[in-house]
Amino acid sequence: MTPSARSTSYWIVHYGLLAFYVAFALFPLYWLLKVSVTPNDLLYSEGIRLWPSRSSLAHYTFVLAHSDFPLFFKNSVIVSGSTAVVVTLISALSGYAMSRFNFGGKMWLVGLMLVTQMFPLVMLVAPIFKLFAPLGLTNSLTGLVVVYTAFNVPFATFLMQSFFDGIPKDLEEAAMIDGASRFRAFRQIVLPLTLPGIAATLGFVFTAAWSELLFALMLVSKADASTFPVGLLSFVSKFSVDFGQMMAAGVLALIPACLFFLLIQRYLVQGLTAGAVKG
Amino acid sequence: MSTMPLHEEAAPRQRAGLRNLTLRLEPYLYIAPSVVLIATVMLVPLIIGLSYAFRDMQLINPFSGGFIGLEHFRTLWTDAAFWLSMKNTLVWTFASVALQFAFGLVLALLLNNSFPGRGIVQALVFLPWAVPTFLSGLNWAWLFNPVVGPLPHWMAALGILPAPENILSDPSVAIWGPIVANVWWGIPFFAITLLAALQSIPQDIYEAASIDGAGPWRRFTDITLPFLAPTIAIAVLLRTVWIANFADLIIVMTNGGPADQTQIVSSYIFTQAFRRLDFGYASAVAMVLLILLLAYSFVIILLRQSLLRR
Repeated sequence: MTPSARSTSYWIVHYGLLAFYVAFALFPLYWLLKVSVTPNDLLYSEGIRLWPSRSSLAHYTFVLAHSDFPLFFKNSVIVSGSTAVVVTLISALSGYAMSRFNFGGKMWLVGLMLVTQMFPLVMLVAPIFKLFAPLGLTNSLTGLVVVYTAFNVPFATFLMQSFFDGIPKDLEEAAMIDGASRFRAFRQIVLPLTLPGIAATLGFVFTAAWSELLFALMLVSKADASTFPVGLLSFVSKFSVDFGQMMAAGVLALIPACLFFLLIQRYLVQGLTAGAVKG
Repeated sequence: MSTMPLHEEAAPRQRAGLRNLTLRLEPYLYIAPSVVLIATVMLVPLIIGLSYAFRDMQLINPFSGGFIGLEHFRTLWTDAAFWLSMKNTLVWTFASVALQFAFGLVLALLLNNSFPGRGIVQALVFLPWAVPTFLSGLNWAWLFNPVVGPLPHWMAALGILPAPENILSDPSVAIWGPIVANVWWGIPFFAITLLAALQSIPQDIYEAASIDGAGPWRRFTDITLPFLAPTIAIAVLLRTVWIANFADLIIVMTNGGPADQTQIVSSYIFTQAFRRLDFGYASAVAMVLLILLLAYSFVIILLRQSLLRR
């Protein structure tokens, strides 16, 4: 299978197919960007042109200055950021336990975590609403953080476990012979070595929380606690004609997701094998 | 493991016993936060939700909440919208998984060669995976909209559509809108998983096969596919469950319409709970979905064991 053994016609097909894939992957995002910079007066007359004859950032300035999107953006950053930090802390502990200890009930824990990845989460929409309403956790960012944290802990635990498995046990055992407690060895020796894995977990969880829609729709009905997906969707159903502004908001929602994608891209394979059920 | 003097006897034994206990409890302290959180936010609501299936639970009606036995399931049996959503779930899941897998496999095979520019190509084709699902749905809904999207015009020009209309509002083909969005978004998952498996196939096997005169197609069917088979099986099976549950794209793009023609079971559950606020009926439908998925997983496990025994 050496490249030189292949004929020119093979490479033509190879690059042709790849060009098709790249075009298919990028075209929708390109169109999002294109409409977001098209002035309203050209939107319909130049509907299917690949680039408008005149472009403007007016939709962006409108969205940033005169709409609730900066608030939605802030809410989403708070929710996704807090979720990512809490999940990473909790799953570092449980992932470490899964990697280093043999304890009674370990198989049950693995089974429990696998089951939570398989069953339809949409089942929980109604009961969680019913449980959260009297606790004041509906219409609250805290409520969303609690839900997202629980949903992401199993996957993050498997992910952290796979990172801990890659670190030799001798390191902390040496520290424990020198008199350190296991928890101290974990904090001071193992965790610093796992920093790239921690960054990957933060990225995965942030991206998942940033995209979550159904529970945010159900649990939040007020604009001041809306996350970006909910805000964008209510905007779409209310002002369904202002495509330029909606797509400008869409491009803004894409930015943090793409940043975190760059952060975790190196760990994609490991992450997907750890939690193959997760999107 | 640490410093324990050997010459002391009676009192330290007690201390050692205590330390043994802490050592044995230690792993449980590490997993406690995760277990508590999963139990309270996932297991307890799951059990409560299952009980709703037998109760009259309507959020807007404060007098509801009484047990009504199997009433919801009787309604379900004659609910045409539910049976339609079952049929749509099959179409949605099968078409999405099959297309994602086929495109993902070809992409993984293409990326498994070394060629100039591979790194950048790989980052670009995997990018859709990073796009939040609600945005993928909206983005494709806009592309299918003849007012701002090019797709209806292109399809009309190619003769696929008689006129540049929105396929999302045509009941007979609307389900293909969310399927296309799902395929676009999900190809990277299969490509990444299969690429990892491809890269673990030892290269000398291919060389030996070439020397023995095996052509490219022979090498693909006799080496690549058997090596990939376990990964393919696991990825397809898990992905099937995941996609059958995946309602976001449908909620965003069509909300189940027109005339419930794109409603799948999980989006039907969400619609019942979110729009009609009928938590009881939503939970009854959810229970049916859960039982079907359990049955599916059970069949898969049996199949796997009978294959392993062979």
